[in-house]
Amino acid sequence: MKRTEPFDFYQPATLQEASRLLKENGPGGRFLAGGTDLVIALKEKGLLPKYVVDLKKVPGLAGIRENTDGSITIGALTTMREIEISPLVVQKYPFLAQSAAEVGSIQIRNRATVGGNMANATPSADTAPALIALNAAAKIVGLSGARTVALEEFFKAPGQTVMSADEILTEVTIPKTGPRLVGEYIKFSPREMMDLAYVGVAVVYNLGDKVKKCDGVRIVLGAVAPTPIRAKRAEAALEGQTLTEALAEKAGAIAAEESKPISDVRSSAEYRRAMVEAMTKRAVLNAAAGPATAWVERRDRRY
Amino acid sequence: MNKKIQFTLNGQSISREVPVHRLLLDLLRDEIGMTGTKEGCGTGDCGACTVYLNGKPVNSCLVLSGELDGAEIVSIEGLKIGPELHPIQKTFLQDGGAQCGYCTPGMLMMAKALLDENHDPSEEDIRYALSGNLCRCTGYAKIIEAVQDAAAMLRSKNVQ
Repeated sequence: MKRTEPFDFYQPATLQEASRLLKENGPGGRFLAGGTDLVIALKEKGLLPKYVVDLKKVPGLAGIRENTDGSITIGALTTMREIEISPLVVQKYPFLAQSAAEVGSIQIRNRATVGGNMANATPSADTAPALIALNAAAKIVGLSGARTVALEEFFKAPGQTVMSADEILTEVTIPKTGPRLVGEYIKFSPREMMDLAYVGVAVVYNLGDKVKKCDGVRIVLGAVAPTPIRAKRAEAALEGQTLTEALAEKAGAIAAEESKPISDVRSSAEYRRAMVEAMTKRAVLNAAAGPATAWVERRDRRY
Repeated sequence: MNKKIQFTLNGQSISREVPVHRLLLDLLRDEIGMTGTKEGCGTGDCGACTVYLNGKPVNSCLVLSGELDGAEIVSIEGLKIGPELHPIQKTFLQDGGAQCGYCTPGMLMMAKALLDENHDPSEEDIRYALSGNLCRCTGYAKIIEAVQDAAAMLRSKNVQ
């Protein structure tokens, strides 16, 4: 395996300093979080940065907390493994914990961060669909101050976000949700967590107690468009309706129409579209069936 | 660019100037001379280079030396307990958990990480923990057996 070329390396202690380094040193700089995308790009994709700015010495960027208003904030440097095993996330949003558990091996998840998963803007990023389905907002800090952007608006193209060069994603916040919220994330990939998603589907909605009525439906597709996208027409088909298998199937068919997949080494566009249809249906039904109690059960559930 | 870093490796404090872009894997093997950690894929898929960084198993092929100031690192050379092999090393030997042996250091590191948290893992737990470690001799059955036996050994030690 190829080795990387030399570059300059900084470990700023504040966000201000980190942003200033990018401004002063100009183009050719890269932020470093867990390195599981960056170091692979250095080795495999011929990326030659002039300098790398490691964010891990900036305090306060890691950790998961519940705020007084019931929202949950996940710091950008929180690792996938921390999200996967966080009692708070597992209890409130098991499908989000699962989406983090779908990212590579445990060794990778001990390094990969949610901020990196977002800022790297891979269309197949596993935590993006679940976070967007939960209506998460991204806090971005740069030299001109802080701003908050809906995560849904954060991605622009593969590898591109709304952030300018000096801006840093510091945290994502999930607004308070109701007690009837259910959800599911399905990563469709023949090698499970050890390969990228061919298709990722996150579904979130409130499920009525007695009649299975759905409201607040959000369906987000990964890996089938230049960015994660909402399947808004599929959401509308479920909104206010009583859940049935036929309805879930219809939502799946609409979501497949809304997807814009490409053909690549992993899969043809046609196959991806068929999988969007099947996985959306499955995710809608799985969400209503409640969270699986074990990893194996979650994997094997088929509706 | 070089940087002076100080870190502990297998409990020993080390201070040296390193190129910031040097991979932890190469630092261990080529500069420090501890060649137990292996390079398989170089891209975080195979787990052969697994070491503990600040107590957690990671792929050393994806860690830059520039990040290591103040870090605590344990490599396969640090797995044994004093002069004694760790139970997981003993059971890999006893059960034939290695064929060519190239994946073994990474397997041992990951298996120990599992056993540190769980002394009674199911086969599914073991497969899940080792899913980032590839063995191309297809020796998984014996590896899983070795982890189960090491777990039993640890449980019986705890009872005593």
